[in-house]
Amino acid sequence: MTNRQDMTAQHELPSLLDDDPAVEFERYELREPPRYVFAVDRREFVGALGAGLVVVAWPADGQAQRGGRQARRDERLADRLHIGADGVVTVLTSKVEVGQGSRTQLTQAAAEELQLPMDRVRLIMADTAACPDDGGTAGSRTTPSTVPRVRSACAAARVQLVELAAAKLGAPASDVRYEAGRFTVSDGAATTLADLAADRELVATFESASPADVALRPVEAWQVLGTPAAKVDAAAVVTGQHRYPSDIRLPDMAYGKVLRPPSYGATLAEIDLRPAQEMDGVIAVRDGDFVGCTAATSWRAARAVEAIESTARWNEPAPDEHVHSDQLYEHLKQTAAEEGGRRGRGGREWGDRQAALESAPRRHQSTYHIAYIQHAPMEPRAAVAQWDEGRLTVWTGTQQPARVHSELQSAFRLGADAVRVVVPDTGGGFGGKHTGEAAVEAARLAKAAGRPVSLRWTREEEFTWAYFRPAGVIEIDAALDDAGRIVAWDFTNINSGGSAVDTPYRTAAGRTRVLAADAPLRQGSYRALASTANNFAREAAMDELAEAAGADPLEFRLAHLEPGRLRDVLLAAAERFDWRGRRAAGDFVGIACGTEKGSYVAACVEAAVEDGTIRVRSVCQAFECGAVQNPRNLLSQVQGCIVMGLGAALREEIRFSEGRIDNASFYDYEVPRMDDLPELEIVIVERPDLPSVGAGETPIIAVAPALAGAVYAATGQRCKSLPLRV
Amino acid sequence: MPDTFTIRVNGTEHAVATDADRPLLDVLREDLALTGTKYGCGEGACRACTVLIDGEATQACITSIETAAGSEIETIEGLAASGQLHPVQQAFIDQAGMQCGYCVPGQIMTAVALLRSSPQATDEEIVAEMTGNLCRCCNYENILAAVQQAAGRAPDASAP
Ligand code: FES
Ligand code: FES
Repeated sequence: MTNRQDMTAQHELPSLLDDDPAVEFERYELREPPRYVFAVDRREFVGALGAGLVVVAWPADGQAQRGGRQARRDERLADRLHIGADGVVTVLTSKVEVGQGSRTQLTQAAAEELQLPMDRVRLIMADTAACPDDGGTAGSRTTPSTVPRVRSACAAARVQLVELAAAKLGAPASDVRYEAGRFTVSDGAATTLADLAADRELVATFESASPADVALRPVEAWQVLGTPAAKVDAAAVVTGQHRYPSDIRLPDMAYGKVLRPPSYGATLAEIDLRPAQEMDGVIAVRDGDFVGCTAATSWRAARAVEAIESTARWNEPAPDEHVHSDQLYEHLKQTAAEEGGRRGRGGREWGDRQAALESAPRRHQSTYHIAYIQHAPMEPRAAVAQWDEGRLTVWTGTQQPARVHSELQSAFRLGADAVRVVVPDTGGGFGGKHTGEAAVEAARLAKAAGRPVSLRWTREEEFTWAYFRPAGVIEIDAALDDAGRIVAWDFTNINSGGSAVDTPYRTAAGRTRVLAADAPLRQGSYRALASTANNFAREAAMDELAEAAGADPLEFRLAHLEPGRLRDVLLAAAERFDWRGRRAAGDFVGIACGTEKGSYVAACVEAAVEDGTIRVRSVCQAFECGAVQNPRNLLSQVQGCIVMGLGAALREEIRFSEGRIDNASFYDYEVPRMDDLPELEIVIVERPDLPSVGAGETPIIAVAPALAGAVYAATGQRCKSLPLRV
Repeated sequence: MPDTFTIRVNGTEHAVATDADRPLLDVLREDLALTGTKYGCGEGACRACTVLIDGEATQACITSIETAAGSEIETIEGLAASGQLHPVQQAFIDQAGMQCGYCVPGQIMTAVALLRSSPQATDEEIVAEMTGNLCRCCNYENILAAVQQAAGRAPDASAP
């Protein structure tokens, strides 16, 4: 077993984003062979083959996910929504809620088109046995892709309902007045959603009708969308009643604990399970490299694993086979390869770059280092697994239920119908929960224990065995002409990925490229992915070039931007912050902007450096994401992104040596706290005329480079790394 | 060998037969089914597990059941016992003091303890006390606004 990403692995995954050309698959997905290869037992095979014959009380699968993709084009209304006898409409989606606000937003979307109050809409999210597959929760796709899909289905349903009500009331559809679940005709007769729910014709209609081209309610008419609706289930959260994945309890459930290797790449040579098996109520299991224990409490399970830990003999790679964090950037540079597989894709070339670089009066080269960081969601990976006659149900926190479904299928050699993954609203993701490690482990333990098992990773396990935002080395080679215009731009990203690799600035000639390298740690998605790295390097370089051109950082950027949305947010932030005034006053300020996933952000930061420590005084950020669907949630997301981005700019960095993480604790890996909170000013640039796009990621990409600019103003020192070093 | 420990949780007495070293957090969650109190780190670093022990905000993950025995414990589930939300709970809803919400029970318990001893806590007091409670969604602006509201001040958050 290795914790390295294996880019050549052939582990087949469902195509998670296949109808989303806006998202490049490889940017998001960590592909690797399964962590564990479990032994085959004959009974299992028979069980798997026979699974189709076993009928248990599972929801009818319809267009359910079942690990694969169903064409959405022939989605039927019945797959998307049900009308209850109480007049409450249940809407289904494979999207998950991890704190970004999707449950509230999708509830608003459905309520808008059904013209119902939000409490008459209930959302079932991410149950692979029940929900149509809208893909995983990644790439800020819920807003531009799932919201319209839910709206179309609900709008089509509304039309069908009106027609049905008309037939029932013996009036033409045009005579039906529909309001909040009530249908009235001019002679005063009325019927309700609840009445229609039981109607056979409605069931038949929903079974056959698909969300055709029904007009959606225009922005000007919005009554529910566009309002600052509070988080659905907020009351359950503040009273401790909301059940996160780690809170799921089943009758007769045991708690599990997995034995971890001492270092990355270690394989298990031998182990004596007896000390654990002799403990009261403990089941210990070894299956290949997998070793774990279950007990009546998680404490006992952990003691049982401790009891056998010392009997384990591991084959470990020699310490010098591991790359250490202090050799990281050198290692990435040495192993960088042009033809490097998936991560190597992306980028483009334009103009005669080489000639421009060589002939221009001023040439500027810079290298930037981007550390490995971790998502560290407050809820670590957790799963509860239950077997029932060869069928497996797992409740777990993941952003990719279909992928986890497929991981479980392949780990246990089960048919698609024999696996069900349910994702309760989860305690944070940030791109860090695309995988199903805890689900597979809990399922293996539950199989051994013969009862449901709950497994929750420790913080140390999460820091060590989850994955990381890729580290990177970024090299920029640029040239200016006599007028201070960028005439050549050569941008190379090694290892961290292609998001926002292309420059939004006007440059006569250039190249952007992404090179793959040997990644020492397991790496995957992150909030806004590599745009956190690429935008940092590009914006830092823009500051350096501005200085070389003798220009103000704002004016230099404006001089290279076409009129448009990016320029608009840049000006909005600069104006609100009084950039020009504060520059003239000599304040320690920095500015940056960027775009990714169709939204636009600009930030101004004021900072001070005291005793070698950066203090962020204030951040003024402008953001634009088209028509705003929930201003309250949008503001939270923008604020959260800024502060999370400051964490990566100020302190966050994974350190590792000899195949271990050296700071696998919140004591040593310091995330932002309340006393890091600067004064925040957010300017939402309203564009109701433009389609809504996601807002949970892009607002993170401008704050770090803007802070670097402020630090330069304070110290005269260019910071070319994340985290910034002074 | 399990011993029996008596704790009062949200006014109800429980006798728990268990290992003396077990964290109170596990006993609450696993034995008493009070899963509102969360695990974030298990080593006292994040305060997701904050409960009140004899009125004092305490990390349940580093408090053994043996240490907690004989005490009066308040958890998030006990705050709205009368069916009425506690003002701090209401403030967290009003000020959007949650994104994923996982840290929120711990945040609320810390704030409740602070405001009991200092009902009109200043911003400095609030930040000094609340800064131990991590929120990885980094929703600190709104959490601060919620505690300000509960302290009887108009929050200066820029909420719409
Ligand atoms: S879980 Fe107790 S302090 Fe983190
Ligand atoms: S709201 Fe998600 S950790 Fe605080």
